[in-house]
Amino acid sequence: MAGVTVSEVSRRFGAHKALDNVSIDFADGGFYALLGPSGSGKTTLLRQIAGFDFPDSGRISIGGESVERVPVEKRRIGMVFQNYALFPNMSVADNVAFGLSVRGEAKAVIATEVQRALDLVQLGKLGGRRPHQLSGGQRQRVALARAIVTKPRVLLLDEPLGALDKALRVDMQIELKRIQREIGITTIFVTHDQEEALTMSDRIGILRDGRLVQEGPPEEIYDRPKSEFAATFLGDANIFRGDATANGIRLPDGTAIAAGVGDRLAAGAKASCAVRPERIQIATDAGATDGDANVLRGQVSKRIFAGNNSTYFVDRAGQTLKVIVQNTGLDRLAEGQDVVLRWSPESTVLIAAAG
Amino acid sequence: MAAHGAVAARGGLRKALPLLAPAYLWLTVAIFLPLSAMVFFSFMTDLPLTGKPWAFTLGNYAAFFSQSLYLTLLLASLRLGLEVTLWCIVIGYPAAYVLAKVLKGRSREAIFLLVILPFWSNGLVRIFSWAMVLREGGILDTALNAVLPFKINIDLMYSYPAVIIGLVHSYVPYMVLTCYLTLQAIDDSLIEAGRSLGASRLQVLKRVIIPLSMPGLVAGAALIFVPVVGSFMEPRILGGRTGTFYGTVIEDQFVAVFNWPLGAALSFILLAVVLVILAVASPVLRRAT
Repeated sequence: MAGVTVSEVSRRFGAHKALDNVSIDFADGGFYALLGPSGSGKTTLLRQIAGFDFPDSGRISIGGESVERVPVEKRRIGMVFQNYALFPNMSVADNVAFGLSVRGEAKAVIATEVQRALDLVQLGKLGGRRPHQLSGGQRQRVALARAIVTKPRVLLLDEPLGALDKALRVDMQIELKRIQREIGITTIFVTHDQEEALTMSDRIGILRDGRLVQEGPPEEIYDRPKSEFAATFLGDANIFRGDATANGIRLPDGTAIAAGVGDRLAAGAKASCAVRPERIQIATDAGATDGDANVLRGQVSKRIFAGNNSTYFVDRAGQTLKVIVQNTGLDRLAEGQDVVLRWSPESTVLIAAAG
Repeated sequence: MAAHGAVAARGGLRKALPLLAPAYLWLTVAIFLPLSAMVFFSFMTDLPLTGKPWAFTLGNYAAFFSQSLYLTLLLASLRLGLEVTLWCIVIGYPAAYVLAKVLKGRSREAIFLLVILPFWSNGLVRIFSWAMVLREGGILDTALNAVLPFKINIDLMYSYPAVIIGLVHSYVPYMVLTCYLTLQAIDDSLIEAGRSLGASRLQVLKRVIIPLSMPGLVAGAALIFVPVVGSFMEPRILGGRTGTFYGTVIEDQFVAVFNWPLGAALSFILLAVVLVILAVASPVLRRAT
């Protein structure tokens, strides 16, 4: 087991900067998600750590050992591929045994280790099957068993759950997390699915256009996004744009919005505020106003009923705001109704412009 | 499940019949009938076409067993087939690998064209151009002597190596094409998975790539081995007096000696031997794939 350090790594493919001066620390035993849209460089970064590709500049170390010029087969990593990449010409047991067998381990050792790994992923009885006889979820488990049986220093997962249907994906998320805890291996996990990143990882790194936008625990990124991109990519957010004031921003129409979270900015600077849809309360009247809450009036333009919650789209001064309300009762707002939106400054994140 | 599949297949066959019929009709007329006539001839003492009296006989087949020459030549031809097939693997497989896994885009197309080119040239032209290259004072001899400081004599013409060279040149595209198809179907992530598990490139080649490309190797080998064993053009032109093989003897019966019955009988013995070899080899190969 070992931590991974990536410092100032850049990689170009022709004119395209796939990775632009990325630095990130993956502590020993942690579960990290690299999150970003396609083309953000997350897979390129994972491949640099794996050793399939070498950086143009910068350093990568695994367990303190510099590896940026070490080929993949010498890095002692485990990798799970998006399409599982099981060897179709081998049985499940032989797939899992592959890493030990190329290393020249004794047959008896291999048999024990393979069985232990298959038991860990709850496929103890399927060693004799061929990959094509397995379901997607089972193949995923075999790929995982094959990756960890060699006791790698770090486990790399490239969108491992992308090919599974939703119910199975949730099962596998829990399973993957359990196995990771059980063996305590440093795990780096590439995904474009924000929910997956939020529920599984200890820390998330958000990438965009080859740059690391923000890195930290899921709660921190969700509650204190440092850019509009981070705010809207991880979760949903309403963005207000205006000029910074002493305690928030002033919108072009003069409305003041108080922000309790985020960096202090010089008054007058271009700035935005981000508010999560579920943090906004929606009502037909202003009700009791506690002094510093943000209050806006608008009109419901659309309602989407999703069973346990409803999403309201509220038009206000040319902007459509999104509000998510838990359906705790039967009272629902109709489209076209005038409403009052209210949320606290603590739920409002101030973000410097051009983020 | 199986029963259901069979019903579906039967329904499918009825619908597919109009599509299959032309091919099978053509095969019947163009191959089965002449071949049947040849089987018939092979049991005759003489051709009925010449007007001479003829009778049924097993003598043509007996000739093969009574004269050790035929067996010797058959073994030589089988050895030739084996050697040419092996050379085609040695030369064709790496080329197919590079085409399928290393080259991309236009350069792949260009190299592919070069591989296919022998297919598009006339077989005789191909062989005679080799003759020009290989003979004493030919292109190879002249070129080497122009470069090397000492005098050497290169005269490969009318030799066993010349036959091998000519045959390998004619048949290597088959190996490249069949291997290319299976190699291309191998997902690159399988190679990466192997390496991520600590296997060197060579280990990945031995344990993953070659086993997965076995069907292509087998198909290529069968496509090459069978015609090479019966080949006569390359042995005759490039081999000269050393180029007497089973195929050239059969050819002689048809074009020189006009002993069609013996030629036909020798052909069918070859066909039987080849079929036996393929039948024996196929379970072994199937296990390997």
